[in-house]
Amino acid sequence: MNATHSSSSSGGSGIGSGPLGYGNAPTCYFVMIGTKDNPIYEAEFIAVNTARSSSGGATIPEAKKEEFRHLNQFIAHSALDMVEDIQWSTNQMYLKSIDKFNERFISAYLTAGNIKLLLLHDAKSEDAIRNFFNDCYELYIKTLLNPFYEPNSIISSAAFDTKVRLSAKRYL
Amino acid sequence: MAKQYKTLGDDIWKNKVEKINAELFTLTYGSIVAQLVKDYEDFSEVNKQLEKMGYNIGTRLIEDFLARSAVGRCQDFRETAEMVSKVGFKMFLNITPAVTNISADGREFSLVLDENPLAECVELPDQALVDELWYSNILCGVLRGSLEMVQMQVDAFFVTDTLRGDDITEIRVKLVRYLEEEVPAGED
Repeated sequence: MNATHSSSSSGGSGIGSGPLGYGNAPTCYFVMIGTKDNPIYEAEFIAVNTARSSSGGATIPEAKKEEFRHLNQFIAHSALDMVEDIQWSTNQMYLKSIDKFNERFISAYLTAGNIKLLLLHDAKSEDAIRNFFNDCYELYIKTLLNPFYEPNSIISSAAFDTKVRLSAKRYL
Repeated sequence: MAKQYKTLGDDIWKNKVEKINAELFTLTYGSIVAQLVKDYEDFSEVNKQLEKMGYNIGTRLIEDFLARSAVGRCQDFRETAEMVSKVGFKMFLNITPAVTNISADGREFSLVLDENPLAECVELPDQALVDELWYSNILCGVLRGSLEMVQMQVDAFFVTDTLRGDDITEIRVKLVRYLEEEVPAGED
């Protein structure tokens, strides 16, 4: 578990540095993690539905975006421990909100094949997130049915990406 | 004429054929193709192997077909086309491809498949799109093998395939020649 932390922090120099006052950007970060703690798919959504007026309305500078990405990975990986703890206490696939980081929540969904779907988000309805996770799970199953897809490898299909983003737009 | 083939095909499918789970079939075929791709790494070679496998299947399948359907000889190639699509495909895959583009001399036709049970949920890797992999090429081999056993030498090949981004899946079948009965080697 410590190994994954170092792999994500080595990529970004700004994990500890910049101020954590970035919470005005209503983005959700979605990641699917395989059985060996390897990310097989990640995506960021700008949530249009949350009516949050960001201060200043200035676009986030590129350097800060890189920071967010690394920070998101870091948060997601640290939440993995919580998932592994909780998974033995319930027989539900949808593990709801398992962790909190400043004002952001982390929800998790555990599939039958031990793939973890994690979503970093601001306060959102549980039902919406559950629907989104169910959609993503079905898309993942379809990907598994493709004979050319190696299980536990990175999902690079553009069709999968489009469908996930569509689902995110509908529910998040 | 076409109606009687259709009812014949439907009837055989309903009563005389044992069925298996479609997903199992799709996944089995998918793993065959994926393994061939891994082994050969050259997509034209994979196409050839699929066609060869199909040929072996076809030479045996025709016996099964004739036994179940008990049809007589076809009068011409057009009838053969109808028989293949309405009875043959229906019996073994439960699909009825449309017969189109019959050539003027009646020696060529196209089969347009609107659904392909071999290729459910399949996405070709990018390299396969560049290099011309015909995923369901086994079907061409089956056509060639089975028709050769009834004295017709044909060429069957894919023209378009929805897996490669085209609108329809089309197989072109060309009659090369009718085969004469040959004396088996060793007899005079």
